[in-house]
Amino acid sequence: MEKYILSVLVKNNAGVLARVSSLFGRRGFNIDSLTVSPTNNQEISRITIITRGDEKTLDQIIKQVSKLEETLWIEHLWEDECYCRELVFVKVLAEDALARDSIREVAEVYNANVVESVKNAIIVELTEVPSRVDAFLAVISNYTIIEMCRSGVTAMTR
Amino acid sequence: MKCNGSQILIEVLIEQGVDTIFGYPGGAVLNIYDALYLNSDRIRHVLTAHEQGASHAADGYARATGKTGVVLATSGPGATNLVTGIATAYMDSVPMVAITGNVGTSLIGKDSFQEVYIAGITMPITKHNFVVRHVEELADVLRDAFRIANTGRPGPVLVDIPKDVTAAVCEFQNKPKIEIDQSFDLRETDLRRIADVINKAERPVIYFGGGIVSSGAAEDLQRLMKKAEIPATYTIMAAGTLSPDDPLNLGMVGMHGKVSAGRAVDRSDVLLSIGARFSDRVATDTNRFAPDARIIHIDIDAAEINKNIMTDDSLVSDAQTFLQGILPYIKEARHADWMTKITDWRQRLDYRPKDSESRLHPERVIKIISEVAGPNAILATDVGQHQMWAAQYCGRTRQRQFLTSGGLGTMGYGYGAAIGAKVGCPDKPVVHITGDGSFHMNLNELCTTVTYELPIVTVIMNNSVLGMVRQWQTIFYGERYSHTTLDRKTNYVKLAEAFGAQGFRCTNPAEFRAALSAALSHKGPTVIDCVIDRDERVLPMIPPNGSIEDIIAD
Repeated sequence: MEKYILSVLVKNNAGVLARVSSLFGRRGFNIDSLTVSPTNNQEISRITIITRGDEKTLDQIIKQVSKLEETLWIEHLWEDECYCRELVFVKVLAEDALARDSIREVAEVYNANVVESVKNAIIVELTEVPSRVDAFLAVISNYTIIEMCRSGVTAMTR
Repeated sequence: MKCNGSQILIEVLIEQGVDTIFGYPGGAVLNIYDALYLNSDRIRHVLTAHEQGASHAADGYARATGKTGVVLATSGPGATNLVTGIATAYMDSVPMVAITGNVGTSLIGKDSFQEVYIAGITMPITKHNFVVRHVEELADVLRDAFRIANTGRPGPVLVDIPKDVTAAVCEFQNKPKIEIDQSFDLRETDLRRIADVINKAERPVIYFGGGIVSSGAAEDLQRLMKKAEIPATYTIMAAGTLSPDDPLNLGMVGMHGKVSAGRAVDRSDVLLSIGARFSDRVATDTNRFAPDARIIHIDIDAAEINKNIMTDDSLVSDAQTFLQGILPYIKEARHADWMTKITDWRQRLDYRPKDSESRLHPERVIKIISEVAGPNAILATDVGQHQMWAAQYCGRTRQRQFLTSGGLGTMGYGYGAAIGAKVGCPDKPVVHITGDGSFHMNLNELCTTVTYELPIVTVIMNNSVLGMVRQWQTIFYGERYSHTTLDRKTNYVKLAEAFGAQGFRCTNPAEFRAALSAALSHKGPTVIDCVIDRDERVLPMIPPNGSIEDIIAD
């Protein structure tokens, strides 16, 4: 199954998020992540959705979301043809110096920032394109992850 | 002028051309009912026994007249009772505006008495819905509701109005009725490309659905069929569009469609689909539906293209614009070999119903209704075996005279729909065809038809069982009749009389014919109990996930 990034401009009305997520729910479309945020126009919000499926599903998602009364615009974005970023925080168990150094090394390779280093753990932050976040998480998961939190993607065409 | 919310509602309804609504009062809509009282000479309100009946009546009114159906209910249970009716209208693309009262804005979200989040509940079964929090928004929201219900693919829209908004006052000005621009600009190149495929076809078939009815395109369709001698088959949503005597009318297709129609689709080289959506009741096996055909899909809703079946070509358009646009590019043609084949299938393969003078067979019941009620009659059905028999033999030749819940399959739809149809078309006879299972769901509406002296004839095809489910149990569940043998002791004649209607019981065609004639000249409603055998089946039948090759024909 492919991953797709969809950028949707919607009217900033009460319940608009429920309408979009209800549509995905009842038609059985996947949501990997979904973010809603204001735009420069306070009457319009942007919803960025990461979904998985095949091209037929993608076609249906775009058409069905377009049908919602409050959808103004929907666009399928490609990671390498737009600006898109996702923020992730990972709290990793680091009980000794060796572990700490090793985690710092991984963070450095991915340009991730160590934002906190406490007695038993390190918190690492990375803001990157989703595929790089996935790659970073794949490596960091070799350590003991205590907690992980991804923001979901936000994206804009060039 | 200064108006309160309830007056604004009345004014906008009138402004949008509404003269009839269906509903049921309650606490949250007291202000609205007060405005209805004061405007009873401008808007007719039909009071049903139950909000579900009102919702089906608004739906039946819309289907029979082509206008927008309007239903009004109070908050909480009043609103939830609309749900089945709204979902029915949604699945069959019927334009409807449902108005619900709600508790006052200060009480919303506090689990107040008769509070329910009806906007949330109806989100997946409406085209759109609104909660009006300020009276200043009310007029434009209502106008928007009518616009959305009628734009593109029609459907229901719900407007939820808290009680304080119905009392609050603001400035109001009338606006003209919303005119919907339903035209599609079709490109000549697209029309030529599609016409070219049709012109080259040797075994063409048209497959059409409710979109033909919505856009009033029956005549345009027949022009295309005649010009290029293309036979046509239809979904239940378009039953009653073509005359049964038309040699190009293949009859209904799908699970209970004609064998010859299914065979024609199966062997076609070009399948032109107009205003239909390849549902699981038609394309029972999407991989084996019209396997040799180039499939061309015309639909007003872009999301229907490639949803259920992958098509070879498509255009997003309403049926009428497409048909009028393509006709000049279609060459006159004859497909003699193809028609000969179809005639042969009709004679060899099509199901021949049983008949008798001593007992009632279902096909005969429907044929008597069609004949005695005449060509102007509107038939409204419930759901189950009787619905399929009615669809197969309804004999309607004009659109909007066969009303049935095709998509949702709502048992209990028919009586409300018949009420709506009769209110909307008082000069046409209206016959409600039902089963003993379905009728029990909403027979409470007998009090409505009696009160309003609506001469609706209810024909119960009474086999004492839930026939359609029983049929599946017979074929697929080893005759284990789990909870489908009703054997209710209801005396329908007495029941009708208790409500103030008249009732008949019939066991053979002569009795039924006489009862129906008497009923059609009676000034109030009639219930006719037609006794049929419990082992009657709807034939032919394609099993679910099967294809025309798997059809059960006897």
